Amino acid sequence: MKKVLSLLSVAVALVAWSFTLPVHEGYHVGDTARDFNLKNVNGKMVSLAGMKKAEGYILIFTCNHCPYAKAYEDRIIALHKKYSKLGYPVVAINPNDKDRQPEDSFDNMKKRAKSKKFPFVYLYDETQEIAKAYGATRTPHVYLLDKDRVVRYIGAIDDNHEDADAVKEKYLENAIDDLRAGKDVSTKETKALGCTIKWRKS
Amino acid sequence: MKKLLFAALLLVSGFGLAAQEIPYIKADQITAWKNNDSDTIYVLNFWATWCAPCVAELPDFEKLNAEYAGKNVKVVLISNDFSRDVDKKVKPFVKRKKLKSTVVYMDERTPNTWIDLVSTEWTGAIPATLIVSKGRGFERFFEKRLHYDELESTILEALKTP
Repeated sequence: MKKVLSLLSVAVALVAWSFTLPVHEGYHVGDTARDFNLKNVNGKMVSLAGMKKAEGYILIFTCNHCPYAKAYEDRIIALHKKYSKLGYPVVAINPNDKDRQPEDSFDNMKKRAKSKKFPFVYLYDETQEIAKAYGATRTPHVYLLDKDRVVRYIGAIDDNHEDADAVKEKYLENAIDDLRAGKDVSTKETKALGCTIKWRKS
Repeated sequence: MKKLLFAALLLVSGFGLAAQEIPYIKADQITAWKNNDSDTIYVLNFWATWCAPCVAELPDFEKLNAEYAGKNVKVVLISNDFSRDVDKKVKPFVKRKKLKSTVVYMDERTPNTWIDLVSTEWTGAIPATLIVSKGRGFERFFEKRLHYDELESTILEALKTP
């Protein structure tokens, strides 16, 4: 009993301590990312492990409302069309709190997915647990994972959010191409402008 | 370099009086503000008209601008709207909100090349704010919505820094 109590007090101390920590930094390139089980817009639960044929995963934290994210929608659709048949499906995840941004509710995700005919899964991270674990801060925010869920690239889709025709560097495609060629990804991290993730008010 | 400094001086002194024009700036302007070794404290706020938390914090920046203008504090609101929206949205917004702080437009298309120039701490989400004075050796970066209390306490800290 004593042992249980002391274990319990350690657990309580640990939990208390974790609340005082600064925001979790999330994954860096080289870390193994966690899997998840999140609801897709078609109502079905989706996990990475369930995507049996995948050679890797293009995880994109994105949302409905953010103009930067919207500017990338068509490019994300094109990415999925190009790479899913090569084993790299897009896995889009909306982490925003619906109370802070009603446009990003699950119902509105379903509507958006339907009207834009998203060919990829569009998942709802309602508890925001996955965005926190990955260390996502904005939409859009990309994590490219290999088959073993090792993070190989973090950052932007390309170098120009405003004008797809003026893009000079396709960071994400280059990273996938490196990965497929069995090479080390040459540009492992980039930055992009995005909308802050709308965290739940604690 | 001299030219750059002159441009910087022109930019911070000349605008913000009458109806606002919105000057376009390049990344080197950020560097010029960061490298200005006077004791001026620059409050560089990255925002956009459609960004709700950005718009929510604007009155706090306006208040800071009004209260600390006499103490060498320069608030610069740097719009990161799409370039096609500057005339259509940003200018009418600035007019409607009667913004008194200097408003400029970040005329750069490749964020990956300039986000780190602002701060290596910045992941790219807006709102974001850099409070910097090279002359005082003070620099603080925030990637979140700021409230007046935190803004003012940071400014007071900067003012105490020699």
